[in-house]
Amino acid sequence: MRAQFVLSEIGVGLRRNLTMTFAVIVSVALSLALAGGSLLLRTQVESMKGYWYDKVQVSIFLCNKNDAETDPNCTKGAVTDQQKKEILADLKKQPVVETVHHESSQQAYKRYKEQFADSPLASSLTPDQMQESFRVKLKDPERYEVISSLFEGRPGVQEVQDQRALLENLFNLLNGLTWVAVAVMVFMLVVAMLLIVNTVRVSAFSRRRETGIMRLVGASSFYIQMPFIMEAAFAGLIGALVASVMLLVGRYFLIDGGVGLAEKMQLIDFIGWQEVVSVLPLVLAVGVLMPAVAAFFTLRKYLRV
Amino acid sequence: MIRFDNVSKTYPKQNRPALRDVTLEIEKGEFVFLVGSSGSGKSTFLRLLLREERTDTGSVHVLGKDLNRLSNWKVPQMRRQLGTVFQDFRLLPNKTVSENVAFALEVIGKPRATIRKVVPEVLDLVGLAGKEDRMPGELSGGEQQRVAIARAFVNRPMLLIADEPTGNLDPTTSVGIMKLLDRINRTGTTVVMATHDQQIVDQMRKRVIELDKGRLVRDQSRGVYGYQH
Repeated sequence: MRAQFVLSEIGVGLRRNLTMTFAVIVSVALSLALAGGSLLLRTQVESMKGYWYDKVQVSIFLCNKNDAETDPNCTKGAVTDQQKKEILADLKKQPVVETVHHESSQQAYKRYKEQFADSPLASSLTPDQMQESFRVKLKDPERYEVISSLFEGRPGVQEVQDQRALLENLFNLLNGLTWVAVAVMVFMLVVAMLLIVNTVRVSAFSRRRETGIMRLVGASSFYIQMPFIMEAAFAGLIGALVASVMLLVGRYFLIDGGVGLAEKMQLIDFIGWQEVVSVLPLVLAVGVLMPAVAAFFTLRKYLRV
Repeated sequence: MIRFDNVSKTYPKQNRPALRDVTLEIEKGEFVFLVGSSGSGKSTFLRLLLREERTDTGSVHVLGKDLNRLSNWKVPQMRRQLGTVFQDFRLLPNKTVSENVAFALEVIGKPRATIRKVVPEVLDLVGLAGKEDRMPGELSGGEQQRVAIARAFVNRPMLLIADEPTGNLDPTTSVGIMKLLDRINRTGTTVVMATHDQQIVDQMRKRVIELDKGRLVRDQSRGVYGYQH
């Protein structure tokens, strides 16, 4: 009896207010899709960080004989064997250093040839133009400063380069994007809330005759408010379902089909379906609870019980 | 049944109190007319009974409960023991006669079997047997008020509050409504009725309570409407 009564009230309310309900659904769907999207982007950035930071090295590039004229750090000419030995010895003494690998100009040349086989520049290069370097892997990639302060400007060292710094830029960009998404989401959520408040108000007003009678005959406030709250929650649920579908389709489109990032950027370990599915309960819960709570507080103001 | 002890009430932003130091008692089973010109405090009196308002000072007891001390969530339970009828009927225009009466029971969660049993009974009592499936718009004013009375009485309340129930009806129809209220009163239900209808008050010869500018100026058993109005 009760359930049937409440359900029929919800149906009447939603149909009476179709345009507003639609607006609520769309704004809830967009804000939740953005919320889910930014969560997923963050997960993606974290997993990429973990993956790449594990692989990055600090490179200590040594002076080449060609650098003497062009680079202020190398005015004394190419690095000597003695300098190399000292650098290596000092590197091994550092507790943050995990491994040190010496790359000769010959090896650098080979690697360059492999990586840029198609580049026209590759054919014009000779091994003695390539730079010798020490590739240092750190136990803690965050402590790059230790190496750079020790070796930067040392005789025979042209440059200390942290690969992490290069990645950092990319990650900062991605993090920036998540913040933009969060900001847009907050705006959309505010819009969704205002729409819900307004929808509930209109709904309460158009049914003031019914609610007035309910009050008089002694219906509990729970009973009077429930249809309105359920209405908002139902619209929110539909919005949340739309958002869920948007997230699933979005992942498929960006990573597998359509844009096909997985194929184009094979080095990156993209988030799987599992990560997407794991944010859906949150999306659904927020989608149902937020409108219900908004409706509840609106009714306290506009529906005297 | 009803007790007012030194009740005063002033609405916000108004200098003149709506009720001033009203003290009275109404016993179980009484039929009471509440008379007075517009703005005399009749509506406030009824709103206090329904606990739509609270007193500023003094206390109102209804059905043995101090309404000032009744917590908000218990108010619906209290209202289930009251029936209310208004001048404007307050029916739902998109529901049939029996649906309108059933609505009052549905929203307080009565089982469907009970509703099926009691709705025809009460419609029969108010003289609307055979009109269960009509819409309010198809009924005369008197019939609509009978539906409203049926809805107010379907729960067998201890107290029926009627705010000018004949205000929109012609004299002949009004007499019919008064006979119905009298019949309800004879079942033991206390009836408090605010009215402007001199003829009815004079004919019925029930207890009359008169308010003037918020004060209780007359409380007379077997009274008449009064001379000055």
